[in-house]
Amino acid sequence: MVDPIKRISAIKLSVLSPDEIRKMSKVQIITAETYDDDGLPIQGGVMDPRLGVIEPGQKCPVCGNTMHSCPGHFGHIELAKPVIHVGYVKYIYDLLRSTCWKCGRVLLTDKEINEYLDLQRRLEKYLPFLLPVFHEHIKNKASKNSICPHCGAPQHKIKLERPTTFYEEEKGSFRKLAPDEIRNRLSNIPDNDVRLMGIDPQESRPEWFVLTVLPVPPVQVRPSIMLETGIRAEDDLTHKLVDIVRANQRLRESMDAAAPPIVIDDLWELLQYHVTTYIDNEVPGIPPAKHRTGRALKTLAQRLKGKEGRFRGYLSGKRVDFSSRTVISPDPNISINEVGVPEEAAKILTVPVRVTQWNIEEMRNYVINGPYKWPGANYIIRPDGKRIDLRYFKDRKSLASSLTPGYVVERHLIDGDIALFNRQPSLHRMSIMAHVVKVLPGRTFRLNLLVCPPYNADFDGDEMNLHIPQTEEARAEARELMLVQKHIMSPRYGGPIIGGLQDYISGGYLLTSKATVLTKEDVIELLGVAKYAGDIPEPAFYSPKELWTGKQLVSLFLPEDFTIRMKSSVNAGRLRCEDDDCLHDSFIVIKKGKLLTGVIDKKSIGSQQPESLYHWIVKEYGGDFARELADRMFKMFIRYIEKYGFTMSLDDVDIPPEAQKEIKEILNKAEEDVEKIIEQARRGELEPLPGRTVEETVETKIMERLSKARDEAGEVAANYLDIFNNAFIMARTGARGNILNLTQMSATLGQQSIRGERINRGYRNRPLPHFKPGDLSPYARGFVYNSFRLGLSPIELFYHAAGGREGLVDTAVRTSQSGYMQRRLINALLDVRIEYDGSARLPDGTFVQFTYGNDKVDPAKSDHGKAVNVDRIIERVVGWRE
Amino acid sequence: MSPKKFSVLDHVLVPKHERIPISEVPKVLKEINATINQLPLIRTSDPVARELGAQPGELIKIEREDEYTGKTIVYRLVVIG
Repeated sequence: MVDPIKRISAIKLSVLSPDEIRKMSKVQIITAETYDDDGLPIQGGVMDPRLGVIEPGQKCPVCGNTMHSCPGHFGHIELAKPVIHVGYVKYIYDLLRSTCWKCGRVLLTDKEINEYLDLQRRLEKYLPFLLPVFHEHIKNKASKNSICPHCGAPQHKIKLERPTTFYEEEKGSFRKLAPDEIRNRLSNIPDNDVRLMGIDPQESRPEWFVLTVLPVPPVQVRPSIMLETGIRAEDDLTHKLVDIVRANQRLRESMDAAAPPIVIDDLWELLQYHVTTYIDNEVPGIPPAKHRTGRALKTLAQRLKGKEGRFRGYLSGKRVDFSSRTVISPDPNISINEVGVPEEAAKILTVPVRVTQWNIEEMRNYVINGPYKWPGANYIIRPDGKRIDLRYFKDRKSLASSLTPGYVVERHLIDGDIALFNRQPSLHRMSIMAHVVKVLPGRTFRLNLLVCPPYNADFDGDEMNLHIPQTEEARAEARELMLVQKHIMSPRYGGPIIGGLQDYISGGYLLTSKATVLTKEDVIELLGVAKYAGDIPEPAFYSPKELWTGKQLVSLFLPEDFTIRMKSSVNAGRLRCEDDDCLHDSFIVIKKGKLLTGVIDKKSIGSQQPESLYHWIVKEYGGDFARELADRMFKMFIRYIEKYGFTMSLDDVDIPPEAQKEIKEILNKAEEDVEKIIEQARRGELEPLPGRTVEETVETKIMERLSKARDEAGEVAANYLDIFNNAFIMARTGARGNILNLTQMSATLGQQSIRGERINRGYRNRPLPHFKPGDLSPYARGFVYNSFRLGLSPIELFYHAAGGREGLVDTAVRTSQSGYMQRRLINALLDVRIEYDGSARLPDGTFVQFTYGNDKVDPAKSDHGKAVNVDRIIERVVGWRE
Repeated sequence: MSPKKFSVLDHVLVPKHERIPISEVPKVLKEINATINQLPLIRTSDPVARELGAQPGELIKIEREDEYTGKTIVYRLVVIG
């Protein structure tokens, strides 16, 4: 028997010769008519039946096959005069410049030619990768010669007018080179000289770059569509072919009638245009061919190019089974490496399981449950390879009892299966992670909030994809390499990308704050949700009753030998301190797994926080432990914040009247100062800053003064805010928002800007007609005195909207730009890999980097980019000592 | 004009370049576990290559100093151009 597997050793692409085109053609197309009055295709037209059958029941007149088995056949058009093929214009240009117009030789001496041919032979053998450089070199060298070394003919300068017209400079004036003349010159180039230019004359003679005969593709390539009205709509290619045939006929008739050369040249150029747009309808320099409706035609190049083209859309566009997509919603009760799958989806997604003597009872149950009852099965595959669809099989009970080891059951998805979870855009490797399936009621995918940062997901309608690996190898890879806990550390910045966010952080802060004491009931509830199974620690207080601190509870989850000293997020402003002797409780000290001082907030458990408490837990105790901690301790934080009743209201941004007065004074003072700056400039007394005009200087000074005023106003507001004000807690701990947001709500919104300048566009010399021209006062140029709490005046609101719009536009522009950059980077770096010697190479071994990253450090396994963090090592060894 | 001609090699931003004679090339290739066609190229017309008078077929060894990653060594194959 012959081995059915054949290996493709090489693929060679070359240019079709006119002879080949004629040889593969089954019919010459001679008429622009397509159908006769009866709707039958005309012989010799572009829909000639010999080009392939497209109607059911018909037999192909060429191969005798029916519609399904006839592959279609090529036809050809004999062009009245040759035309240039747009795809080869570049090569024609190079060839014309580096060969003699008279004798056709390359513009190099015989000696040089022989030497180069010899060098080329050796390069082909030993250093084939240098050939492109070599041919480039020859082209440059040859085209520099102005006299032919062979026949002594002086060489003219060749000019290319894109896309397809060539001119030759003769005595200072340019003469157009007709395609037939170009073709003659190209055919005069001897084979050896062609070879020097990097073209294989055996496969692709240069004169074939100029078309004398055009292949007509089979009708299968350009099917016509029947509209509901019964009208036949032809494919774009067919339209274009009709144009070509028509232009060709007119040209031939004019030639036969010996029309004046101008008429012939015009028709020739028209034929050139049609052939060019037939090949590529997006050539720069000529208007694209249009459909009757005004839509640009989709011709050969357009079918291949771009996102929906043949290559990206079909050849590399893979579509898969065993996948699903739906809206996502949060579920803090499942583990971070789980995904909630709706029962509806679980009944469609299946896993093939081979029946063994150990699982046969379980498999029988699935078969009995069938395709509509979860957990059941949709198909079984008998050992002889036959698939049985359980939807159409009546007696599932007897089928179940006939199961024997060797059968394969495609059972429904059940708890504990592994699945790949993905959210687009898949910008980094954490965009696809493996999760453990948990089948839940409802119609959405459920995910733990802590995995939102790696996917960049929120729940405002986001959808995500789920894929079920089908082979044991794929499942093993998913479990070992892709599981969520293996991706807590991001290769982007050597820190954890998974970690607390929003309420987790506020909760951690409130629970561990010094003001929090917990009763026994509280402790039991909090430890209960965290699935803590050990003993309750000694209470921190015995009198008046037994009370515990939040720090004690956190300590229960920390490893016994864990030691760290770090600052909290709240360690700023009034609560700043530099070491563990901290009265504000803003310096974290953990010794031997006991949280002694400090509050837990963003800096210690936040996501994307390198060198944090959570970072060192992941590094030192591994992903599995870190996952456990995220599932348990973090759960406790949100339960505490639920019990606490954390919220935010208008009161939180309210400031007392005396504070408002203070702010008003600050703003009034600023306004006066701005007035002074303007007045100073008006009198010409303002010294311009280096490199600036007076006007620019005024703007800069005003902006400086106003931003100072806003900062001062903000400071006043922040000073009057209660430390345990809910909004302030969020800002200080880093849970959400910042101090600036708070001051904008309670003190003043401040300057609105467009492109970093005060608002100055709109009417002549004024942004709005409410102001006098040239009014430079803060209010006229977008300074918002009011706070969100007080409410904006209509003018202030308009300026605020104008400034806000810029942000939206920027985001939209940025995403499309970075998306394109990402695509190009991925395509370029896709197959780089790190070899065992530490070098980064392409598959053929060429170097990209001699040592990966110049230091061989994997950023995901580094400490914030550093290979070794000596400080941390010292802290681990001696930090727990007194 | 100062009598000494400016050399690109003296510029602070140009790392240390060194010619590897053809006879040493196989040894170096073995050391870095590569074949000649896997190396990045440098043209003879490159200012540094011209300064060193490097010939096609030789290698140029470049030692770069980096603030974060320390010293790294890169080899380039000299080609006509």
